Amino acid sequence: MSMALGILARFGAMLVLLLVNGVMLIYMLRKVLGHLHLRIGPNRVGPFGLLQTTNDVIKLLTKEDLRPASADAWLFNIAPFLIFVPSFMAYIPLVFGPTLAVTSLDTGLLLAFALTSLVPLGVLMAGWASNSKWSLIGGMRAAGQQIAYEVPLLLSALGPVMMAGSMDPVKIVAAQSGVWLGFIPRWFVLPQLLAFVVYAISSQAETQQTPFDMSEAESELITGFANEYGGMRFGFMYLAEFSNTFVVSAIGTMLFFGGWQLPWVATPAWLAPFVFIAKTYTGIFVMMWARGSLPRFRVDQMLSFCWKVLIPVSLAWVVVWACVQRLWPVVAMAVSR
Amino acid sequence: MTDEPRITTPITAEGTTFPGPLPCGLRCIPRGVDELATEHLVLNMGPQHPSTHGVLHILVELDGEEVIAAEASLGYLHRGIEKLAESRRYHQVPTLLDRADYLSGLHSETAWALTVEKLAGIEVPRKASWLRALLMELNRYASHLVWLGTFGMDAGAMAPFLYIMRDREMLLDVIEAITGSRMMFNYVRPGGVAADLPAGVDAKIRAWLDVADTYLDENDALLGGNEIFRLRMKGTGVIDRATALAFGMTGGCLRASGVDYDLRRDVPYCAYPELDFEVPLGVRGDNMDRYDVRVGEMRQCIRLIRQLIDGMPEGEFSGRRSRVLKVPAGECYAAVESPRGELGIHLVSDGGFTPYRMRLRSPAYFNLAVVDEALAGGLIADAIVTLGSLDIVLGEIDR
Repeated sequence: MSMALGILARFGAMLVLLLVNGVMLIYMLRKVLGHLHLRIGPNRVGPFGLLQTTNDVIKLLTKEDLRPASADAWLFNIAPFLIFVPSFMAYIPLVFGPTLAVTSLDTGLLLAFALTSLVPLGVLMAGWASNSKWSLIGGMRAAGQQIAYEVPLLLSALGPVMMAGSMDPVKIVAAQSGVWLGFIPRWFVLPQLLAFVVYAISSQAETQQTPFDMSEAESELITGFANEYGGMRFGFMYLAEFSNTFVVSAIGTMLFFGGWQLPWVATPAWLAPFVFIAKTYTGIFVMMWARGSLPRFRVDQMLSFCWKVLIPVSLAWVVVWACVQRLWPVVAMAVSR
Repeated sequence: MTDEPRITTPITAEGTTFPGPLPCGLRCIPRGVDELATEHLVLNMGPQHPSTHGVLHILVELDGEEVIAAEASLGYLHRGIEKLAESRRYHQVPTLLDRADYLSGLHSETAWALTVEKLAGIEVPRKASWLRALLMELNRYASHLVWLGTFGMDAGAMAPFLYIMRDREMLLDVIEAITGSRMMFNYVRPGGVAADLPAGVDAKIRAWLDVADTYLDENDALLGGNEIFRLRMKGTGVIDRATALAFGMTGGCLRASGVDYDLRRDVPYCAYPELDFEVPLGVRGDNMDRYDVRVGEMRQCIRLIRQLIDGMPEGEFSGRRSRVLKVPAGECYAAVESPRGELGIHLVSDGGFTPYRMRLRSPAYFNLAVVDEALAGGLIADAIVTLGSLDIVLGEIDR
C-alpha cells in the first residue's frame, strides 16, 4: 500500500513538474525570443506577463475538440498521447539531487534515450492520420530527422558513460564531484568537448528547434504534422516539445556539467535541485538563442550533415576516447576515483 | 456528400493511381507514375500560405520533397485598378496606383506622373524632379527592407524581419514627414509633387542616414553572413541570362542573372542623370546572387539619398496649380525603375478628363512568371526561398 502511494506521489510530482515546467518554458521562450527580436514579449496578463501562458492553456482547454472529417479517427486521437507520454516518462531517470530522483536505474540513460526515440512514431502517426498533405510531409520529415539524429545523440553520450563507468545517471553525476589538478571541476565537458558539441547539435535537432525545425517549418509547411490539430490535442504536442527540450538539456547537464553539483564547493542537499534547474535552464536558454537567430537548414542538407559529419565524428570520438582512457595511464588515473 | 471529389483517379498501373485533370487547370498534368511506382503529389501552396507573400496560389507537383513542376495561379487580389482608372480624373489615379504596389507607391505615382506629363507636354520644375528621386530612393530602401525581412522569414530566420522593422519605422517616419502618409502617399502629381520638404526634415533624413549603414551591415551579417543561409542560397533557384530575358524579367532579378539593365541609368528620368551611382550585378542568377544584388542596391540607395539631400535645388516644387487636367488625344508609355523592376504605364487618351485606357506593366508579374521554370527540380524549401527571392508584391501582380 505504502509503496503504491509512493509511486503515485512520485508520478504526481513528475506531472506537476512537467506542467509547471512547460508553462514556464513557453513563457521563457516568448520572452527570450522577444528580447532577441527587439520586442518585449507578453507583458499584459499578470506581472511581467507571467500569466499569459496560463491564459493560453485555459483557452486551449476550452476549445472545441475538432477532427477533420477525412482523418483516421483512431490514429488521430492517439497520436498526441504517443508524443506526450514518452516525453513525460523521460523524466524518470533525471537526478535532481543526491537523494532526489524518481528512481535509480542502472540503465537510466538508456531508458531516457529509448523513450525520447518513441516520439517520432507519434509524430509520423499524427502526420499520416491527419490526411493532409502538409501534415504528411511534416510527419515524414520529422521521422527521418529524429531517427537520424538519435544516433549521434546516443554516441555522444558514450564518452561520459565511459568516464563514469556506468549508465546510471546517479553514478554519472557522482563521478563528476571534486576537482582535477586541484582547481578544475571534474565536469566531463572538458575532456569530452567534442562529444558535447555533437550532443548540443543533435539535441537541437532532436527537439526540432530552429535550425532543425523542418517538421514544423512555419514558412514551408505551416506547422507540419500539427497542422490539423487544435485545442488541447495541439496543447499536448506543444507541451511534449517543451518537455523534450527540458529532458535533453537536463541529460546534457547530467552528462557534461556535473548535474546538481556546484563546482569547488560541496552542494547542500536543499540547494541541489535549484542548481540542477539553473544549469538546465541555462542550456535551454542557449537553445532558444540559436532558435531566435538562425535560419533553417534544408531537409537534405540536414540529413547529410547528420550522416556524413556528426555520426562519423562521434563514432571516431568513441573509439579514440576508449583507446585514450584504456592505454594512457595519466588519463586512466584521472578518470578513476 | 453534396460536393463531388474534384480529382478523378483512374487506375493506371497495378495498385497505383494518378490524379486526372485538375480543377485549376494545371497546365502540365501530373506525369503520373515513375519507375518505382510512386505517386506524385499535387500540393496547393496558397492562396493562404505564410510564404506566398499575400494571396498567391501555386500548384506544385511533388515527388516526395522534390518539386517536379510548378504553376502560379493568380487573381485573388484583383481589384480592377486599370479599369477603375478609366473613370478617374488624371489627378485621382495615383490614389489607385498606391494600392497596386503597396510597398513602393511612390514609384507607381511617379510612373503615372511621367506618363501624363509626356503626353500632355507638361514641364516639371527641377526641384520636383529631385524630390521625386529622393522619395523614390527612400521608398526603394523601405521596400527592399521588407524584402530582406520576409526573405529571412522564408529561409526560417525570424530575427531579420523584426530587425528590419526597426530601420523601416525610422524611414517611414521620414517619408511620413514629407508626404503625410506611411503607405498610401498620393504625393507625386502630374506637374510636380504635392508639397515641399517640410522644415527640419533634412535633419531627420541625416539622422536616419547616420544609422542606416550600420543597421544594414548588421542585417546583412545576420542573414547573408550566416553559413546555413549561404548553403541554402548558393546554386538554388538558378535563372540563367537567356531565361531571364525570355520571361521579360527586370530589376534586381534580371541583374542577378548578369544582364546590366537599369532604367535609372539607361533611360534616365527625374534627377538620375545628375547622380552618381553603380548598378550591382550578379553572375549565376541563383538565390545568393539575387540577395547580393538587392543588398548592393540598398547600399547604392543610401549613397543616392546622400547626394539627393546634399544637392537638393531651390525653387518651385510644382509647375501646375490646377488639378483638373485635360490630356490631348494620343498614347504614350513611360517607365521607372521600381524596387521590383521596370514599372511602366501605357496610357491612351481620347482628349477627355479621364484616361481612355491605362495599363500597368507591373514588373513582379513578369518576374513571377518564371516560377514554372525556376522552381522545378528543387525541393520544397528551395521553392519557398526562390519565390521569396523574386520579391513579389501581389497587389501589383493582380492589380
